[in-house]
Amino acid sequence: MTFFDHFGRYLLMIKGMLTKPENWRMYWKELMKQCQDIGIGSLGIVVVVALFIGAVSTLQTAYQLVSNLIPKSTIAQIVRDTVILEFAPTITCIVLAGVVGSKIASELGNMRVSEQIDALEIMGINTKAYLIMPKILASFLMIPVLVIIAGVLGIWGGRLAGILSGILSPEQFDEGLLSGFLPFNVSFALYKAYTFAFIISSIPAYFGYFVKGGALEIGKASTTAVVTSCIMILFADYILAALLL
Amino acid sequence: MIEIKNLRKVFGDKVVINDVSAVMEAGKTNLIIGASGSGKTVFMKCLVGLFEPDRGNILYNGLDFTGMEDEQRKELRQQIGMLFQGSALFDSQTVEQNVMFPLDMFTRLNHHEKLKKVNEVLDRVNLKDANKKFPAEISGGMKKRVGIARAIVLNPRYLFCDEPNSGLDPQTSLVIDKLIHEVTKEFNMTTVINTHDMNSVMEIGDHIIYMYQGEKEWEGSNKEIIYSKSKKLNDFIFASEFLQDVKEMRMLEAEGKAVNGKNGK
Ligand SMILES: Nc1ncnc2c1ncn2[C@@H]1O[C@H](COP(=O)(O)OP(=O)(O)O)[C@@H](O)[C@H]1O
Ligand SMILES: [Mg+2]
Repeated sequence: MTFFDHFGRYLLMIKGMLTKPENWRMYWKELMKQCQDIGIGSLGIVVVVALFIGAVSTLQTAYQLVSNLIPKSTIAQIVRDTVILEFAPTITCIVLAGVVGSKIASELGNMRVSEQIDALEIMGINTKAYLIMPKILASFLMIPVLVIIAGVLGIWGGRLAGILSGILSPEQFDEGLLSGFLPFNVSFALYKAYTFAFIISSIPAYFGYFVKGGALEIGKASTTAVVTSCIMILFADYILAALLL
Repeated sequence: MIEIKNLRKVFGDKVVINDVSAVMEAGKTNLIIGASGSGKTVFMKCLVGLFEPDRGNILYNGLDFTGMEDEQRKELRQQIGMLFQGSALFDSQTVEQNVMFPLDMFTRLNHHEKLKKVNEVLDRVNLKDANKKFPAEISGGMKKRVGIARAIVLNPRYLFCDEPNSGLDPQTSLVIDKLIHEVTKEFNMTTVINTHDMNSVMEIGDHIIYMYQGEKEWEGSNKEIIYSKSKKLNDFIFASEFLQDVKEMRMLEAEGKAVNGKNGK
């Protein structure tokens, strides 16, 4: 299949998903389950990644700013902006593409291969709507929250690393943190978060839903899903930066 | 009743179902038999709309399924139950949740009423004390029973079973066959079964269609199959010498000749 075949089928999948639920209560239940899987399920890894990325960026920024003419508080300013603009949304979402993406692709792939999707279709359920839509909505709800958590923890991790390594005092860091803050940067991070949330949920859903074959193909589909999502995230990252900054 | 008219299905340039017509009557177990790869699963999936046929019509009690809009199809499908070859149970749900799922989705019963109905059907398929077990914790035969229970919980008018006996021992196979046969009569369902199990053919073959490389090669009942003249069918059904002997004996019996002294060649 060519890229255009995939893209066409992907669009049809998205279109096919937009119908009225057979039963609102069951869809709501599925949405809550997905929120739990996606949100709570990946909170741990997001926390760890954010803390370390923030810490490392303080150390590396300090290492690169050797001039005595630049006040120490500038380090905090740079850490804040890189964490908010790039690290919190992009790195978090690349990690989530691995964690959430592979889970979505393998869950749907397994359901396809073991004919559970067919079983739902036979009952008269629109499986695109029932299985894929809640995953995309749950990602819209949870991933921006995870990105905000990552941003806060990243900056906090940077502050902690700065203090522990004696690079700058808490007062210097807080001074830098508050100077020249642009609220737009936070909005920009959220635009990214929503875009990436759609990529992380819909692309793996596509590869999982249309799996053919057996266990081996599920593994392959899940790898393809993660790789494609990561590339699309980086691509979208560039486009958003070019358009909005 | 399901009427199939000139059904054809092609994958690429391979004709998998070629111009098959048949009538499946209510209250009967309609068997599709044939070697592996003869197109049984594809045929069944065309009937229920999991594959779109390339040509032909499928009429459910006179309503043309092939030309239906999605919404109409969804409605009709609530009258269809299907047992899949691998049972296709939802593996994140318990037996009870699996059987309750169609009730959750399509009825407004309260939990107590749903539970009552679930226990009724589980009882009907002789499955007790397994309510809280997960599919991974039960045997193949039990999975098939749960599959049947889930398929009939909404009292469907049409039941489809794709190789209900695959992977089961002969004794369990017979029990599952009998069960499908009984519920078919009991609820006057139109039942279609894919199988290559000779016990099923002889025991519950009210109406049999023999498929050979995607074409209908023979049609009849289990009473008639013994006397069929089709060489392909005979080679398929009476594959072992033992079964050939049985066939010869039956034919001799039917011709009214004494069997005495004729047993054994
Ligand atoms: N989705 C598909 N795409 C292409 N070919 C298929 C597909 N499904 C089945 N076939 C082919 O159709 C033929 C009949 O298969 P099937 O109906 O599964 O046979 P069986 O009688 O064993 O159930 C086989 O040759 C198979 O390779
Ligand atoms: Mg088959």
